[in-house]
Amino acid sequence: MTGPGNSGLSVGPSLIDATPKRQRNTLALWLSRLEGPQTIGRGRGFWITFVLAVLAAAIYPMFVDGWTVGNTAYFLVWTFMAMGLGVIWGYAGSLSFGQTAFFGLAGYGYGVLTLNFGAAYGFTLLALVLAVGLAALLAVVLGYFMFYGRVQGVFIGIVTLSVTLVFQAFMAQTAGPEWAIGAARLNGFNGMSGMPPLTIPWPGGDVLLYADIALYYVLLGLMLLVYLGLRMLLNAPFGNVLVAIRENPERAEMLGYDVRRYQLLGFVLGGALAGLSGVLYTAWGQYITPSSMSITAAALPVIWVAFGGRKDVTATLIGTLVMIFLYQWLTIYGSQYAIVVMGVILVLTVLFAPEGIVLSLMRWISARLKPAGGRA
Amino acid sequence: MLSTLFSFFYQFGDAFAFLVIASMGLAIIFGMMGVINLAHGEFIMCGAYTTVSLAQLGLPLPLAIIGGAAVAGLIGMLLEVTIIRHLYHRPLDSIVATWGLSMIATQGVLIVLGSTMQGVGTPLGSFTVGGFSYSTYRMVLMGIAVLLLVGLYLLFYHTRAGVIARATIQLPRMARATGVDTGRVYTLTFGLGAALAGLAGGLYAPTMTLVPTMGATFMVESFVTVVIGGGDIFLGAAPAAAILAVIRSGMTAWQGQLFGQIGLLITVIIVIRVLPGGLSGWILGGRK
Repeated sequence: MTGPGNSGLSVGPSLIDATPKRQRNTLALWLSRLEGPQTIGRGRGFWITFVLAVLAAAIYPMFVDGWTVGNTAYFLVWTFMAMGLGVIWGYAGSLSFGQTAFFGLAGYGYGVLTLNFGAAYGFTLLALVLAVGLAALLAVVLGYFMFYGRVQGVFIGIVTLSVTLVFQAFMAQTAGPEWAIGAARLNGFNGMSGMPPLTIPWPGGDVLLYADIALYYVLLGLMLLVYLGLRMLLNAPFGNVLVAIRENPERAEMLGYDVRRYQLLGFVLGGALAGLSGVLYTAWGQYITPSSMSITAAALPVIWVAFGGRKDVTATLIGTLVMIFLYQWLTIYGSQYAIVVMGVILVLTVLFAPEGIVLSLMRWISARLKPAGGRA
Repeated sequence: MLSTLFSFFYQFGDAFAFLVIASMGLAIIFGMMGVINLAHGEFIMCGAYTTVSLAQLGLPLPLAIIGGAAVAGLIGMLLEVTIIRHLYHRPLDSIVATWGLSMIATQGVLIVLGSTMQGVGTPLGSFTVGGFSYSTYRMVLMGIAVLLLVGLYLLFYHTRAGVIARATIQLPRMARATGVDTGRVYTLTFGLGAALAGLAGGLYAPTMTLVPTMGATFMVESFVTVVIGGGDIFLGAAPAAAILAVIRSGMTAWQGQLFGQIGLLITVIIVIRVLPGGLSGWILGGRK
């Protein structure tokens, strides 16, 4: 599946065109993979803005106190789930309403593992990997039944939503002392707490990543890694096939691609990213409750991604950060009305900017810049 | 022996009635328009709140329930005209929009009316079979579930409105060419679905506590019924409700309410693997 796609590299002055072909070394080759038909941000202007944004994010902790930085780290925690949903919904075209099931499973998984085995020898990092693996496993099982049953779009949403709601109901009734896994009490509706934060083993004393500056940098780095990694993956043949399936599953199948397998892989990737958010959330606040899998919690990622623009990972990321910031600001100043406002934003976005507000803005800006600067 | 049999019949009938009543509104909207109405639970909540308010004003319960259904139906038609109508060509977006509406409704009710509302007691008392006591009202609900299915069957297959509605489902363009106002059919169908959801809320309002999030308790059951049933109400949702009722009453009797729900969920996940078109797709496919 090459499509009009791979020629997208030569549209506009991209990174590789800036260097003569002879001098193109391995680094430039890798950088060139960051651009392609499936992501709209490209060219010098975009990357300059990107580097400036990263620099601003990097020096930001110098201007505010530790608590605020920890709070900003909280925003970053959610971006992984949002980008994962963007892959499933925007790129693969099958909308999952239940990303919170993976979020919750991984969060609880991290809690159970670390409460039982502690944080010594960097175990929290292993627990992170294992918990994300658990979420991915759930996605494999669920995705197998859905995609290999050739369930259409609507039903995927319903089944995933049902899974997260039942999971929430199940965890909410685990209040009794008989509901414990090893040393970890599940604690019903009040949820689990007291698990250790992520701990990096370091000579001369472990580094405990409490909600503070160090955690902020780790999350920022992780977010950039996932963002750039997704850009490469989505512009690689895998991403092109996903988009081909979204646009026309029958045609993709006729061209010889196993639609079910690609959809399953996209779903597992999204599930694992939601799981990563779940682990980071649990480690950030050292608690996890069943309400993180409730119907409201399940709606929020859908709102972020719809607002940002599901068909572009950059738009998803920006939209998510804006919406989480707005949501927190609203909960502080208008408490109860925050959810109403979120609902209104969702309905208005769907009605008037179905592509997503951030994505529409990005398209508008690049259209504005084109006649002036000659680059998109 | 007879009392055990009756007990099983009662459990099954109760589960069947709940699944049929809770899912009819969702099934009609889905079957007609392919839209899964995620605000279904909120229409149920609206029906329940209206019913209880009317009953507390002194209206007899049956009238109050009809009032609840009517209010939910009117709100449904209003939302169809203002929002849902613009999204028919984008099914996923229409679902997302109904989700937004659901959030607004739940939280709005919480803000305006508070976290709980004084309910009305379950009417009609109880009767005893073989030493166990059963609620008469729940027996009435079973009867209503059957009547509802019969009534909808008559509506769709033995009235002119039903013919027009089915024509609109099967070939919307052809229906339009023969002079059917399909837009109005959709509005009325959405209203009917919402009214049935309101009816479900009204009927179950006396048996449960009224909280703004009560819609969510109906969600999983009604989704599962519609997913297993597929697009057709009579060949899909009704038999699906019967099968699921056996599973739910069995699991509930064995391990409790929550495991009844888990049983339903596992059933649905297995069924979509085996019968992706749902029961009605399988039955109709077999017939063709």
